[in-house]
Amino acid sequence: MAATSPPGTGLLKGLGVTVKHLFRRPSTLMYPYERDDLAPRTRGVIALMDENCTVCMLCARECPDWCIYIESHKETVPPAKEGGRARTRNVLDRFAIDFSLCMYCGICVEVCPFDALWWSPEFEYSEYNMESLLHEMEKLREWADTVPAPPPLDDGAQPPAEVADAIEKAEKERELAEAKAAEEAQAKEQGADAGGAAPAAAKADEPKVEAGQIDQETYDQLIAEGKSERMARSKAKAAYVKKEKARLKAEAETVGDDGGAEQAAAPKPAEVHVEAGQIDQETYDQLIAEGKTERMARAKAKAAYVKKEKARLRAEAEGADATASEEAAATDESAAAADQEPSDDRAQTSDDAPAQETRKLGDVQVEGAGEIDQEVFDQLIAEGKSERIARSKAKAAWVKKRKQEQLDQEGDA
Amino acid sequence: MMASLTHATTTVAQTVSLFDGVDGFVLPVILKLAFVLAVFFVLPLVGGYLEHKVMGRMQHRRGPVEAGPFGSLQLVADGIKFIQKEDLIPSAADRWVFAVAPGIALVPAMLVFLVIPFGPGVFALDFELGLFYALAATSVSVLGVLMGGWASANKFSLIGGLRAGAQLIAYELPLIIAAITVAVQAGTLSLVGIVESQATFQLFGTGINVWFVFPQIVGFAIFFVAAMAELSRPPFDMPIGDSELVFGYMTEYTGIKYAMYMLTEYAGMISMSALMVVLYLGGWQLLPGVPLPGCEAGGGLFDCSPLGIALGVAITIAKIMALVFVMVWARVAYPRLREDQLQRISWLVLVPLSLANLAVVTILKVVF
Ligand code: SF4
Ligand code: SF4
Repeated sequence: MAATSPPGTGLLKGLGVTVKHLFRRPSTLMYPYERDDLAPRTRGVIALMDENCTVCMLCARECPDWCIYIESHKETVPPAKEGGRARTRNVLDRFAIDFSLCMYCGICVEVCPFDALWWSPEFEYSEYNMESLLHEMEKLREWADTVPAPPPLDDGAQPPAEVADAIEKAEKERELAEAKAAEEAQAKEQGADAGGAAPAAAKADEPKVEAGQIDQETYDQLIAEGKSERMARSKAKAAYVKKEKARLKAEAETVGDDGGAEQAAAPKPAEVHVEAGQIDQETYDQLIAEGKTERMARAKAKAAYVKKEKARLRAEAEGADATASEEAAATDESAAAADQEPSDDRAQTSDDAPAQETRKLGDVQVEGAGEIDQEVFDQLIAEGKSERIARSKAKAAWVKKRKQEQLDQEGDA
Repeated sequence: MMASLTHATTTVAQTVSLFDGVDGFVLPVILKLAFVLAVFFVLPLVGGYLEHKVMGRMQHRRGPVEAGPFGSLQLVADGIKFIQKEDLIPSAADRWVFAVAPGIALVPAMLVFLVIPFGPGVFALDFELGLFYALAATSVSVLGVLMGGWASANKFSLIGGLRAGAQLIAYELPLIIAAITVAVQAGTLSLVGIVESQATFQLFGTGINVWFVFPQIVGFAIFFVAAMAELSRPPFDMPIGDSELVFGYMTEYTGIKYAMYMLTEYAGMISMSALMVVLYLGGWQLLPGVPLPGCEAGGGLFDCSPLGIALGVAITIAKIMALVFVMVWARVAYPRLREDQLQRISWLVLVPLSLANLAVVTILKVVF
């Protein structure tokens, strides 16, 4: 207070401040009736995406309270390729966090190298006794559905390193795939010219071609396209091998036809390859109408085109052999994934980890996420789940159903 | 002398309680006791609710909202909770003293309401020595506080109790001197008489009707501050200063006993506010010099219609709550004083000031 003001001014000022605040709106949020929009990184509870967990035990070891309990067993995985080595892998049996000990430091979330642990803003899990605060894998997995997408980066911010890497990698893969598709189409043309309607690719009498030489034509073309020398060389090598094989096979076909019949019956999946780069206009328009960004719409439309074309081709081929379809689906999906990956925005990047496990479902695009499966919702509510969890699960269930339907349809086709 | 004589004659007619209107001997007594109990249990709850709400709003909160409409039954819920709590007595405590101390604090706080008039004829008792009785009764409460602090066998309780004792001695003096000044001005110690005398009181030498608060604004301020200190309300709550003494003399108390101490505090707030209303703010009168609507000039029981009586009670309670509001306001605005500051204010400021006030008022009273 200034020395000049008469005594007691401070006392009156104090009264003035308090009475002024008496008439302000209270900042109270009437919690059970109103809810706050919690920040995306709210430390409510720790959620587990168990499909990502490799049982590396880092979280359990780093937890200052030692309140993470993990149990697992080893399984032997048969070799991926014939003649390969069998590997072992850890399978998660139990993952529990004791929230009566947890101090919400977030170290476990920070330390998990596989994005299996997440912060969820869910906070209404108080219990009447301490033991009930020990939550097992199933419960932690439920909470994973409530993890919100990370907030968008500021304008002009660099994408996170892992996202940038992923995009770069996916772009490279796509280039490779395109180049391969181009070659194969060429090879097929030649094969068709030589062997009539039946494309030839029987493993049994695959002609041996000496690798090491390059196909000059392909090489020049790739260099002209601005590809790096190394890549052009490796592609050109592949092209050479392919061409040679096609040539040899065509020769063989003209000679004898006992292999020819078999070849016609078993078209190789790789041959059901479609030149990427075109887009499915219908899908594109629809996505744009839904307010998707142009980039994403284009990428998805491309994928849709590839998919449709493949389905068509496969349907043709299937008339001959049904067993090939399974393998074909696998390559089909990996190609589609390669097409989609770069277009995935950041929000999706966080989701693509769990998508790896449920790859078959994950590749199917479903419109109208956000709807809920009423049946599941009702059931969960009846089970006493919180509304929020029930809603998020019901949403997931809806999307899953749609995807399954779509997959089934494709399978039928 | 003349003035006090006339007062004596008029008050005889007016000091008939509403409850004496019933025939018999026992029934009026029962009615009066019921009235005092009702006032004692209801008004402190209303005051407590007001405090909750006002404090909440001043701090950008809402105060209680869930119990009852607008949270108005929060204190009732609290009371029920206190009754359910375990009654703990420290093993080293002087059990007997520890147990009766809250009662000794509570009962005098209740007894004060015997003499306080809430409206024309709405009081249990009109003592000739009403003011003296009221001040004496309020001072007994501190005995319960001292006993509780001493019997708890806890240093915080002991210091809290002794602080309360020291505070009472320090502030009783200015409080009583301020009250005496009013008695001098009114020429009576009867609380009803003091209210009546304010109806016709005119400022010295002028024809303007005023309540005692105008000639005695200094006395009113002294009384208000001293009353807050005597009730150990913040900012004068050193006896329970929680940052230094845990909870002072109440540290060891739980459950219903703790509730009794709290009720004592809130009842004290009401009775002190009621005393201020009676002494300075014209009691049940609406405006100085104007008879209450529904009442004849005198404003006694027989001059008023039932509506006038009800209005008088409403006005008194409104004035009491306004003073409670100011107490809460001061509580929110000001930080707690230090123990030595508290004593300094009393002995070096309030006591001399109240003595001077008494002298001035007495001289003026004699002169005019
Ligand atoms: S948040 Fe901290 S205390 Fe809680 S489980 Fe994770 S590491 Fe342990
Ligand atoms: S750190 Fe992550 S991956 Fe490793 S055990 Fe914990 S949750 Fe599983």
